[in-house]
Amino acid sequence: MVTEAQVWAALAEIPDPEIPVISLVDLGVVRAVEVENDRVRVEFTPTFLGCPALEVMRDAMAKKVRELGAEPVVAVISDDSWSTDRITPEGREKLRAAGLAPPTPREAGGPRLVQLQTGAFRCPYCGSTDTALENIFGPTPCRSLRYCRGCRQPFEQFKTI
Amino acid sequence: MSERAQLLLPIADDELVLGWRNSEWTGIAPFLEEDVAFSSIVQNEIGHARALYQLVADELGTTADALAFDRSPDEYQCSRFVELRLVPDWARTIARHWLYEEADEKRLEALKASDDPEVAGLAAKIDREEAYHRMHAQMWNERLAEEPRYLEALEELRPLVDGRGDHTREFAALWEEMTMVRRSVAGATW
Repeated sequence: MVTEAQVWAALAEIPDPEIPVISLVDLGVVRAVEVENDRVRVEFTPTFLGCPALEVMRDAMAKKVRELGAEPVVAVISDDSWSTDRITPEGREKLRAAGLAPPTPREAGGPRLVQLQTGAFRCPYCGSTDTALENIFGPTPCRSLRYCRGCRQPFEQFKTI
Repeated sequence: MSERAQLLLPIADDELVLGWRNSEWTGIAPFLEEDVAFSSIVQNEIGHARALYQLVADELGTTADALAFDRSPDEYQCSRFVELRLVPDWARTIARHWLYEEADEKRLEALKASDDPEVAGLAAKIDREEAYHRMHAQMWNERLAEEPRYLEALEELRPLVDGRGDHTREFAALWEEMTMVRRSVAGATW
């Protein structure tokens, strides 16, 4: 019989479909794994509701569980339990190394425009916090575009959700 | 129809139809940043519609796609406000964006307080994403604060925000286009 640890290890091998430097486990979208005989229930908390990668993630998780010889049940939980705060420290470091500024911590009351416009967001290339908001939206719904005045380089900033 | 369906279908229809209307800017927005912004906002709105339809579909024993695309025009309960075709008028588009986000924030606050934990949970998640739409709308509202065409558009559109009932004339063409794939290919999914 498959163990929970085996399932977690297998899920940790699945790259994020859009940001393949981090795994689904790094991304924090696996909320729970339960093994009951040869059935494995995975609780999957989507990132953004309109993200086109959600089906790809769900199917990849089911496939991994099947490869372990178990029957997968991937339950999609569309509530507020996923937050960018759930991205692991390792995941944040991998994002930064790939040139994607990791999200800032979630704050009470949610993000505010003035904070995006004036806050000390750090450039993933040179580490300067002298950066400006270029666009709240970017190549995917989870990212904003910023510009670093320090190294004169545009970069992508993960939104805080 | 269940209480949940009565509550959520008009909201899902608003998000779907507004998403459809805003997607008409993709490729032709006044500048590239707005092309990107509107396309992302649309992706979120249609994602919200899908999640809301899914909650209703689970209860009615149907699918989100069937609710979104297999109903006849008179079964949609979106407001007349979101049906208006505003391309290529940027001032009116931004006025609708600002007014919609303002109204949607209040609606989400009410849903977050729902006794139905699935509805409250989904509303809380949607609200996290909408926070970025509101900031985008706020930025434009500040930028156009002195622009007469924008102020006129706000005056014109504000009374229409929650006008439901008969559809606008332009809804028929939107419905034709939006449901074309499902009507041509039975059971098509995305």
